[in-house]
Amino acid sequence: MATAFEIPMSLEDPEEHSNPSVVAAGNLCKAFDGHVVLHGISLTVGRGETLAVLGRSGTGKSVLLRLIIGLETPDSGTVSIHGQIIAALSLDGLNAIRVKMGFLFQHAALYDSLTVGENIAFPFDHHRQDMPRSEKRDRVRALLAEVGMEGDLDKMPSDISGGMQKRVGLARALALEPEILLLDEPTAGLDPISSAEIDNLILKLQRERQMASIVVTHDLHSAKTIANRLAILDRGRVVVEGTFEDLRQSRIPFAREFLNQS
Amino acid sequence: MNSQATTPVADTYPVVSGSGDAKLSRRGGSVVGLLVGFLEWFGGLGTFSWQVLRAAVTPPYEWRELIRQLDEVGSQSLPLVALAGAAIGAVLSMEVRNSMTRFGATSMLPSAVVYSLIQEMGPTITGLVVSGRVGAGIGAELASMKVTEQIDAIEASAINPFRLLAATRILACILMLPLLTVAADASGVLMGWVAQTLVQPISFHQFIDAGFHGATLKDFLPPTFKTAVFGLIIGLIACFQGMRTRGGAEGVGRAATNSVVLASLFVILADVVLVKFILVVFQ
Repeated sequence: MATAFEIPMSLEDPEEHSNPSVVAAGNLCKAFDGHVVLHGISLTVGRGETLAVLGRSGTGKSVLLRLIIGLETPDSGTVSIHGQIIAALSLDGLNAIRVKMGFLFQHAALYDSLTVGENIAFPFDHHRQDMPRSEKRDRVRALLAEVGMEGDLDKMPSDISGGMQKRVGLARALALEPEILLLDEPTAGLDPISSAEIDNLILKLQRERQMASIVVTHDLHSAKTIANRLAILDRGRVVVEGTFEDLRQSRIPFAREFLNQS
Repeated sequence: MNSQATTPVADTYPVVSGSGDAKLSRRGGSVVGLLVGFLEWFGGLGTFSWQVLRAAVTPPYEWRELIRQLDEVGSQSLPLVALAGAAIGAVLSMEVRNSMTRFGATSMLPSAVVYSLIQEMGPTITGLVVSGRVGAGIGAELASMKVTEQIDAIEASAINPFRLLAATRILACILMLPLLTVAADASGVLMGWVAQTLVQPISFHQFIDAGFHGATLKDFLPPTFKTAVFGLIIGLIACFQGMRTRGGAEGVGRAATNSVVLASLFVILADVVLVKFILVVFQ
């Protein structure tokens, strides 16, 4: 179907890519109260690959992540994880997949009745009940150290800043060593040094654990640093997808304007 | 990439993404709109109840959270319930004395106070006090978690929010209400004796002896255990209202208020049915 924007072929045709897709979204459509947010979004992410999703506010980037983890159901289209269409799964089947995924919410979504340490231990408490208490404590401290928050174990979420909450949320998302990482604005609210630290952490995880990651961000510098491919959304559609060079050379007006303004 | 349309399926946790009370107000308050909204609310409550029941009876069980909620509902409500029971006991003693004096039956006062307390006033007051304190607390807490995406975070962590949040709170309310009722009855009887003694001295032993004269377990147990139904109503409505919240701070406030109002209303209505049931079955 012809669209207002031509989507250029990526330099690497995904279908011929040797890295099979871990996450695949096919023609996703979603509307809320009659307002269409996503118009036929399709994308794939392979193992060890990071896809950055950029776009103006309100273009459905966060909704895309929520569809992938199954917090929302698409009106049409499919989401498949390791080849399994999640809409066809039972709740137990979906949860078996969710255990392998880490999700960082836009505002961290920390449990405000638990301390920072208890927030990070929460996945262990429910999915690794066999883990000895000392090991759990060590893992929590190690995760906090990775995000630069080692001294804040006993603080409550209300006692720390939004940026710090984001870092704790990232640590919690990494607790169960996920294969798939979904990050909604991981560097929003962080100073440049902390942002660079988070970017380096994501790169390190990608290298060491070969995670498939989808990062929603407004931070083009961060996207350039961590992502293998970038996709720009506008009015619920992917207007351009490819490497940063592809985007830079794109003739699509919106893509050029977006890159120039960032 | 295959672009394959699928038939939309129900949300995994449909009621959590419910429509909220704002839809009701948008219908402009017409009778038909109100009726439809009322039926929608009941339908949503029914679906929610089924989801909670399924989650409650399937492992893994959230024992730690249940114990935490037993403390929150039971221990934290005890002072307030005991105080309310004491006040009612004192009021009953004064009012009954006034009535009994007219009919020359002041010797019946201990029985009147005790029977009124254990059969109706104690359970009802406990239900209404807990509905206010616990209903508002649960409604506000879960509503706040909903609008800040904490419930979504629980769901994304492959944990059933119905089991972790709703089932534990509802079960805590069911288990704690009868115990709180006993506390309300006890403090009511005690204060009833105090109020009586201030006017016409009588030993506590004599008061209890006279008050419970002829009483059997059938007089005490059914009214006390009917409060388990009150607990079910309070927990269910508060959790339902909280977990379907939308609209930020305004939504949280609305959820807390609606939890109290609706829980109190349904406790009173349920009491009518349960009293009749008890009279027919047990007496």
